[in-house]
This record gives sequence, structure tokens and C-alpha cells, in this order.
Amino acid sequence: MTFGVLEGALAFGFAALGVALAMNLWRLVRGPGVTDRILALDTMVINVIGLIVLAGIAGGNGTSFEAALLLAMVGFVGTAAYAKFCLRGDIIE
Amino acid sequence: MSGTASFAELLTAALIVLGAGFALVGSWGLVRLPSLMERLHGPTKASTLGMGAMLVASVVWFQLGKGVWTTHELLISVFLFVTAPIAANMIAKVHLHRLRTGEPSEPAGPSGAPAPPPGKADWATHQAPHQGTPGDFAGD
Repeated sequence: MTFGVLEGALAFGFAALGVALAMNLWRLVRGPGVTDRILALDTMVINVIGLIVLAGIAGGNGTSFEAALLLAMVGFVGTAAYAKFCLRGDIIE
Repeated sequence: MSGTASFAELLTAALIVLGAGFALVGSWGLVRLPSLMERLHGPTKASTLGMGAMLVASVVWFQLGKGVWTTHELLISVFLFVTAPIAANMIAKVHLHRLRTGEPSEPAGPSGAPAPPPGKADWATHQAPHQGTPGDFAGD
């Protein structure tokens, strides 16, 4: 199998998203306050959605997009719950 | 697949490189920028644009390369475009609120804390916490 342009782009995409996740992890560990950690977690969820989409293109089947959609929903709910907890001390009022 | 690549492959590869590059730049901004209000710009703009490009790449690849029309990616991108500003707004509210309560672990950035809005109003970040909940910072 020759190494076509799509395979090269997928390899670059996987590498870039891996480096991006490592940098998000650095901010998650290092971040001075809890707000930076919420932001880092939110960004990690977005980058993992990108990884799942790239894996779906590489694998050639569309079943992984349900996982990406679920992760998008759960990630947003998690971010909103963290922020709400920091603001109000209560998530469900 | 020897010789020239098809148009679908080229378009998909270009969109994937664009999207992954934007996601990388957004995360680099998250590491590099000095204060939280500036760090918010990286993920919410660059990463969301990168994610949109990658999802369009997926639509293009499945449509032109495989002949399958998929709508999951459009659903994901619409959901991300709707929720990313809301999440960023809530994170900024947490930042303002913790600045106001004087958290030592919440540095204000080079230009200091944001000025209050004109008039007698204040930033709408917080109402009084319920008694006895963990957000009751009075005794902390």
C-alpha cells in the first residue's frame, strides 16, 4: 500500500492532536487556578472529539460519530456543571 | 492508489491539515498566553474552527470518497458551535467571580482585573449561595 496524501494528512492530524492534548494536560496540571483546569478539560474534550472524527475517517465506518456526538454533549454538560458549581456552590437548584 | 490522488482525497487532506493545525494552535495558545481571559481565546475560537474543518473533511470524504451522505458530523459541528460560546462565557464568569472573592490562586493578568461596567451595575456572575452549600465562601 502506497502512502497517499490522505494517509499523510491523517498522520499529521493524529500527531497534531496528540501534541495538543499533551499541551492541554500540561495546563491541566500546571494551571494556577481551578478556572484554568476547567478550560483545559473543555479543550481536551474538543480535541478528543477531533481524534474520534479522524479515527472515523481512517477506519472508514461511520459508527464512531455517535461516540463523538455523545462526547460533545457530555463534555459541555461537564463544563457547565463545573462552572455552575464554582459560581453557585450547587449544580441542580 | 498509485499515481495521482483524487479530488476528494486532496480536499479531505487539506481540510484535515487545516483543522488539526488550528486545534494545535489553539492548544498552544492555551499554554502560551499569560492570563486566563486571553487563554480563553485559544480553545474557543481556534479549536472550534479546527473542529469545524475536520468535521467538514469527514462529510466530504464520506460523500465524495464513499458515496454515503452522513449528517452526524453536521450535528456535531452545530452542537459545538452552539455550546462553545456558552462554555466560554461560564468560564469567564467563574474567573470574574473568583477575582472578586479574592482567591489567591486566581491571578488577574497583566492588565489587572476587568473594570466594572458603567453605572451602578456589576458583572452578573453570582447570586448569594445557599446556606450550607460548598460554594458558601463566607467561612472558607
